[in-house]
Amino acid sequence: MERSAPFVRWLGIAALILMGAGSYIGLFVVRADAEMGEVQRLMYVHVPAAWTAFIAFFVVFIASVLYLVQRDPRADRVAASAAEVGVVFISLTLATGMLWGKPTWGVWWTWDPRLTTTALLLAIFIGYLAVRGFADDPEQRARWSSIVGILGFIQVPIVYLSVVWWRTLHQPPSSPRSVASEILWTWMLNFAAFLLVFIYLTARRARIAKLEGELETTLAYD
Amino acid sequence: MSMPGRVAAIVWKDLLIEIRTKASFHSMLAFSALVLFVFSFAIGPDTPLLQRIAAGLLWVAIVFTGLLSLSRTYQSEEAAGGLEGLRMSPGDPRAIYLGKLAGNVLLLLGLEVVLFPAAAVLFQIELWPHALPLAGIAVLGTLAFSISGTFYAALTLHLRAREIMLPLLLIPALVPPLLGAVNATQLVLDGNPFGEADLWVRLLIAYDVVFFVACTWLFPLAVEE
Repeated sequence: MERSAPFVRWLGIAALILMGAGSYIGLFVVRADAEMGEVQRLMYVHVPAAWTAFIAFFVVFIASVLYLVQRDPRADRVAASAAEVGVVFISLTLATGMLWGKPTWGVWWTWDPRLTTTALLLAIFIGYLAVRGFADDPEQRARWSSIVGILGFIQVPIVYLSVVWWRTLHQPPSSPRSVASEILWTWMLNFAAFLLVFIYLTARRARIAKLEGELETTLAYD
Repeated sequence: MSMPGRVAAIVWKDLLIEIRTKASFHSMLAFSALVLFVFSFAIGPDTPLLQRIAAGLLWVAIVFTGLLSLSRTYQSEEAAGGLEGLRMSPGDPRAIYLGKLAGNVLLLLGLEVVLFPAAAVLFQIELWPHALPLAGIAVLGTLAFSISGTFYAALTLHLRAREIMLPLLLIPALVPPLLGAVNATQLVLDGNPFGEADLWVRLLIAYDVVFFVACTWLFPLAVEE
């Protein structure tokens, strides 16, 4: 079997180094939060993971549109791979958010607009992956899941808006605290690391999808 | 045949089947009444509590009943390749979507004409003073449900496990109109003292427009062979 492109391998190594640096700085270099203490360090995973997840679903949207316009199987493989990796990052976002919420807010879950929208985003993309799992024909699978990917992306802003209205009609939104610069650049470093991890995993997953497709075709002709 | 003519033909065909067999309407009606009963049993005979959450119970009953009828939307076409016949008939395949959408809206509105008064009796709510705004909210909410529902029903038609795939895709998509319809209904029932219901009605209108355009535009891609 041919090896993956050297570019992808270097990408993986770079992602690993950045992850190590970002985790070290987030855990040991940045001072603990004055009000919330050590638990605030979870934000160095939580915030970059959330940003990466949203980028992943934007990639799914763009690749889905590309597939429907050009009918290029490569676009479908990129969409499918980005969706799988995006589901991992969105789950990480929710998990770290809940771990942070319990000591900070005293509850695992609250019906905060961003929390609720993130959970619904996860549900939308689990639906996307389920469509892929339950369609047999590769062309139909690509076409149907592209439609789900596009509609899912359109749903997110209107879901967010409706949930904000739903909550703010009952309670005032929590005021955003100003963020110190050392926190911001630790976020940025971790964001860069997560983005590289996302690109690396998506590239690897897309390659596996390509090989699976070739295997399917070979078996179909035998 | 013109586009409106093709849409009307599909609506008429489905209505005629429904009128002659009465397959969907009566069972939907019975089912939705049962859902309201189940809620009352689950929550308890606490009338003030039921009144406070009546709008939510009512719309959840509509969503559940609507899900049942959606899965039958394309049933009459499935036998003997009827959908292929419709799709291959000359003209825009969007007529199929628009016709099925109109049929679903009519069926659900017919159901709501009975369900709203039934809920009013069960939960002891005053409907008549608010009949006009409630009817408007019911139409907007039913449109929203049917726009997304008719589309996803077509999309999941040939999936394995489609009975579970339709709600799995549809329910997250229905969160904005569900919030809009429930809140608008509850505010109107409470007399809408601060005019907040208008906000939710605007949300329903925005959802209806955005998803009507998106679903109509994407429909030919969903049913192409």
